[in-house]
Amino acid sequence: MSELSRDGLDDQQAEGDQHDIAPGDEQLDGSGVLEGVRGYLIGLALAMGLTLCSFILPATGLIYGPAIPVALIVFAIAQMGVHLVFFIHITTGPDNTNNVLALAFGVLIVLLVIGGSLWIMANLNHNMTPMNQVMSMQR
Amino acid sequence: MSVAHPVAHAHDPYRLGHGGGHGSEAQGHGEGGPPSKRIIVGYGFWIFLLSDIIMFSAFFASYAVLAGATAGGPGGKQLFDIGNVGIETGFLLVSSFTCGVASIGAAARKFWLFQIGMAVTFVLGACFLGLEIKEFAGLAAQGDGPQRSAFLSAFFSLVGCHGLHVTAGLMWLLTMMAQVLAKGFRADIMRRILCFSLFWHALDIIWVAVFTVVYLLGVVR
Repeated sequence: MSELSRDGLDDQQAEGDQHDIAPGDEQLDGSGVLEGVRGYLIGLALAMGLTLCSFILPATGLIYGPAIPVALIVFAIAQMGVHLVFFIHITTGPDNTNNVLALAFGVLIVLLVIGGSLWIMANLNHNMTPMNQVMSMQR
Repeated sequence: MSVAHPVAHAHDPYRLGHGGGHGSEAQGHGEGGPPSKRIIVGYGFWIFLLSDIIMFSAFFASYAVLAGATAGGPGGKQLFDIGNVGIETGFLLVSSFTCGVASIGAAARKFWLFQIGMAVTFVLGACFLGLEIKEFAGLAAQGDGPQRSAFLSAFFSLVGCHGLHVTAGLMWLLTMMAQVLAKGFRADIMRRILCFSLFWHALDIIWVAVFTVVYLLGVVR
């Protein structure tokens, strides 16, 4: 132990720097194939349910029509979360902070690219002279 | 040191002190030296996957911008067969599950669990790819290929890019089966299996975005 931690700086904090987990790896309490498969089965069931909701929902008319796209996007984000948690084993534990932070940065860039493109292109469309007017100017 | 550790472990639900990298006796801040190679490789591949997803986001953005630009041709409502997409989705989702079972088999050093899991994953992935190729060929045959409109160009590049990734994943999958057969569960092979399963699960996540944004929203639109 270094002087610092012996003098009462939290022992756990020093330990916290010690160990990470690779993305995709899972820390299981018991050892065993069954416990691991159980986790994947839960993920599969949840993902199946969300997929079915996405596919069936537009046909049922349960939801107010114009709200269907929003509902579909919500289902998709939920299913991506299920995949991340149950298949890639991203957790909120301290052994996963690096993985989560990299993911957060990736999500930020994805949102900037998609949102920014849609925003700029909608704005350009809005400000463009309508095509029929352009045609009549050429005549 | 020997006094401090049992106390630390009692408050250590994540077993952070478990082994500590190489189980080295190094002390102090950063105790235990750099993380194991498995963590470094897995993390590096995770960053690659995230940048791959960022590349996909550019394809998604161009598709979203061009989705209405049908140039007088057919739109998603006329072209997409949702039943077919549902079957494709089922194939890919179950293949993600069997890929997970295979990686559990590798972790437990169970040769046949790994090989059978991988084989089932391959069959399901190949079925997915077959359905997608059939869909593409059908569209091209009726004159709605990528040259028809900006909408269809964006559609083919986005969904085709995902299909290419699945193709590469299938070849990687066969390579991993052969390597485990020839070399066993060596540490380097285990790292490749980790990367492969990350890749396969990431493809399924991208497919969730594809079937929602392209197919379901395309039909609703």
